[in-house]
Amino acid sequence: MSVTAFLTDSTLCIGCKACEVACKEWNGISEDGLSWTGFSYDNTKALGHSTWRHVAFAEAADQRQWKLDGSPRPAASMAANWQFSSDVCKHCENAGCLEACPTGAIVRTQFGGVFVQPDVCNGCSYCVVACPFGVVEKNKQDGRAFKCTFCYDRQKAGMVPACAKACPTESIKFGEIEDLRLRAQERLQELHGRGMADAVMYDPTHTSVGGTHAMFIVRGDPRTFNLPPNPELPTIYNRRGWKSSAIGGGLLLAGALLAFLLES
Amino acid sequence: MSQPAIPIEEERLVEIRREAERLGQVQGGGVRPAGAPFPQASPETGYYGLPLLKEPQWNWAIPLYFFVGGAAGSSGVIATMAEWAGGNRELARQARLLALGGAGLSGALLVYDLGRPARFLNMLRVFKPQSPMSMGAWILTAFSTSTAAAVFADLVSKHWNGLPVRLLGGSSKLFSTLFGMPFSNYTGVLIGATAIAAWNREIDMLPLHFGMSGLQAAASLLELLGNDDSRALNLLGMLASALETFEGIRLESKPERALAPLKHGPSGWVTRAGGLLSGPVPLLLRAAALAGGNRQMRRWAAWSGIAGSLLTRYGWMRAGHASARDFRLPLEI
Repeated sequence: MSVTAFLTDSTLCIGCKACEVACKEWNGISEDGLSWTGFSYDNTKALGHSTWRHVAFAEAADQRQWKLDGSPRPAASMAANWQFSSDVCKHCENAGCLEACPTGAIVRTQFGGVFVQPDVCNGCSYCVVACPFGVVEKNKQDGRAFKCTFCYDRQKAGMVPACAKACPTESIKFGEIEDLRLRAQERLQELHGRGMADAVMYDPTHTSVGGTHAMFIVRGDPRTFNLPPNPELPTIYNRRGWKSSAIGGGLLLAGALLAFLLES
Repeated sequence: MSQPAIPIEEERLVEIRREAERLGQVQGGGVRPAGAPFPQASPETGYYGLPLLKEPQWNWAIPLYFFVGGAAGSSGVIATMAEWAGGNRELARQARLLALGGAGLSGALLVYDLGRPARFLNMLRVFKPQSPMSMGAWILTAFSTSTAAAVFADLVSKHWNGLPVRLLGGSSKLFSTLFGMPFSNYTGVLIGATAIAAWNREIDMLPLHFGMSGLQAAASLLELLGNDDSRALNLLGMLASALETFEGIRLESKPERALAPLKHGPSGWVTRAGGLLSGPVPLLLRAAALAGGNRQMRRWAAWSGIAGSLLTRYGWMRAGHASARDFRLPLEI
């Protein structure tokens, strides 16, 4: 069983939201985002319990037609820069939600994805604050936490995840993770060769997250798409926290011991 | 028809167009569309300034649980020490009952917050040292079981104090103390080991802070239950309020931006009020009581400490919400 991944190439994304729709249809997620946010053509804003693919619309438009000195700007610099990128659960190599889950509902599948078992989750919502990407969310009506399943059911049947299947431009690529990493590097070289020097890969391998199973190629700074530069696994704080807890406990015990010894 | 404001607005519009033609931008005021400046997607503003992280989804019961659990855990330790070191069996009995009641209420509050309360036992499916929530569930279970066993042993010992009862009493009190220590403060680890900046930046102090807040609440509750003549409780209250005063000064003097929700806005004012009521106010009142003041001062100190401890928990929780909404923190802008 090979370890799989997504490579979402925003330079190919046309913002059609077929991935959002295919995801909802296959996974039977309740509707949301039928109203306009006003943030370009985005209508779901962020990933959540009912949005497992989210197409971000970044209008980075410098549309001023005149320079400050009054001379006209060349047409090329006037053009609005409209980028789309389909966001998804990152399926972290070291996943905050998985480590935090107290019931063992969140597991690592044989494909390397992070999966919330709906028959085990009891809705404690600790994974919600443990995710450094703000992906997993509790559905308050249902009571349980939900996020992208990496189409675990489809993958078990040897099928491609619904979003990748539906993507008309192959912006969402699905495949074996090491293979995709190579393809990402090739694609970046190709883009750089075409003059898109700002094309970068988003795959935070340098932090405690240790890389993701959902990588992105975006142009410019990934922060434009709310991708954090240094996401950290919350378990890195455990040791310091328990040390403080031990000091606090010791202080309580010693304080009580002394106070009552003094009194008696 | 007189000519109302319309032509004037037209004139202003033409003016603005001229200015825009000349400068490429409009300097003067005049037209300011509702909602401007509009959010943008950029490295400086993130994705339209929308929050990156999700806010905590716990309801009101969880900060209340932090308060109740903190008081119960501390009370369990106080009970054993009062009995073993102080020989004060009456105070020990009350403290142990407070600990047991608190542990029971803690469980009820936690189950109430679950999205699927019927599945609360799933918490004990796994033992996961890397998950503070899992550790907390086990600590709560062990603390309530041992405290209940201690209360049971004390009840039986009134009628028959054979070796089995003494063994049960001794071991259950030992375990109640051992688990009471982490139970009084692990909630600081729980929220500290998360992706929320206002919480995780304080991981080194949060458990100690929450533990002292719990001790404050436990000592104060026991005083109000009729033990306002116990010098030991006053000393414990002083220890807690002294450390809470120190914690307040430390937080106030740390200029880190991630800690802003603990000082500004509604969450900041709740946290600050909690800090005052559990730090300097009871500290001064207790010192005065120690220096020959009256019991009334200690009762005031106790009420202040209880209110302060409760406000502290709600303040920190609200600060976590405010911190999660701030997209600049995870984006390092």
